[in-house]
Amino acid sequence: MKLTELIRKLNLGVRSARGNLEQEVAGGYASDLLSDVLAHGREGDLWVTLQVHQNIVAIASMKGLAGIILVNGREPEQEAIEKAEAENVVIMVSEMPAFELVGRLYSLGVAGMER
Amino acid sequence: MRKVRADLHLHTCLSPCADEQMQAKAIVKQARRMGLDMIGICDHNSAENVAAVMKAGSREGLSVVAGMEITSHQEAHILGLFGNESDVMQMQELVYENLFGESDEESFGPQTIVDEWDRVVGTNHKLLVGATTLSVEQIVEAIHDRSGLAIAAHMDRERFSLIGQLGFIPKGLPLDAVEVGQPSSARQNYGYPVITSSDAHFLEDVGKSFTDFLVEELSLDEIRMALRGEKGRKVVLN
Repeated sequence: MKLTELIRKLNLGVRSARGNLEQEVAGGYASDLLSDVLAHGREGDLWVTLQVHQNIVAIASMKGLAGIILVNGREPEQEAIEKAEAENVVIMVSEMPAFELVGRLYSLGVAGMER
Repeated sequence: MRKVRADLHLHTCLSPCADEQMQAKAIVKQARRMGLDMIGICDHNSAENVAAVMKAGSREGLSVVAGMEITSHQEAHILGLFGNESDVMQMQELVYENLFGESDEESFGPQTIVDEWDRVVGTNHKLLVGATTLSVEQIVEAIHDRSGLAIAAHMDRERFSLIGQLGFIPKGLPLDAVEVGQPSSARQNYGYPVITSSDAHFLEDVGKSFTDFLVEELSLDEIRMALRGEKGRKVVLN
């Protein structure tokens, strides 16, 4: 599934890299420990988190993630947006809490592991 | 020059997660017994027991550094070590302005304020176990504005450490040092000077980990010089 489709279906806000929304999403990962995402995130994953620090961009970029969704109406820090624009990393925001968002992503076919 | 043995990260009974026996006199006595020359008092998001331990320490000739362990909004822990009580109390003002919620003793434990004779003089009701709304960058800057040392706490642990929470140290973050708990972690290259301390929450853990500094005298300025390796001062690797 493409990012654009998820953005439309889940009513996500886009905060960076609007030119990069045609990416395919391979799966999903949810965690707020960035060290954990570094260890376990996979290429093409959509990452659900509440962390808003600019380091999220470096991690998404390093791991080749499809994008980041911030939950609970959290907004990325300004430095994170700037870095994300520079590195073409898509940051999205949702008003939903993490549990709800992950559930909806899953029902749309975004999975956390191979089935 | 002399070798000074310091455990710069101790909690008191003010931290809800610390043991009730962690009171001023008791900590000083245990620190002495463990052969420490200097200790740092770093409770979570508060410094209300610092003065008591400083007074108890000065009676026994133990140097006590006024400190605080501050929680960033990303839940990374940063130690602030200050040259005197007034600087740490100013830091506390900023932290309190950015720390919300009431603590519940049943859930998190008591937050006891004591005097230098270990008499209970009050209770803190703020949610000290919570996170402030400050970023790590803001915390480091605020510590430096008050002439303190900013040290990323327990970097060899996943939870609540800067590396655990944020994956790596944000580029250019002007830390004065990073702290580890295990002496074996002290040889790892973090790109910053490394100190080792116990993060003791119980009396029996005071001085279990420590750092030896080669300095002229017991002061925060000397520790700063040792971290920077200035004028012959240095951190001694054990």
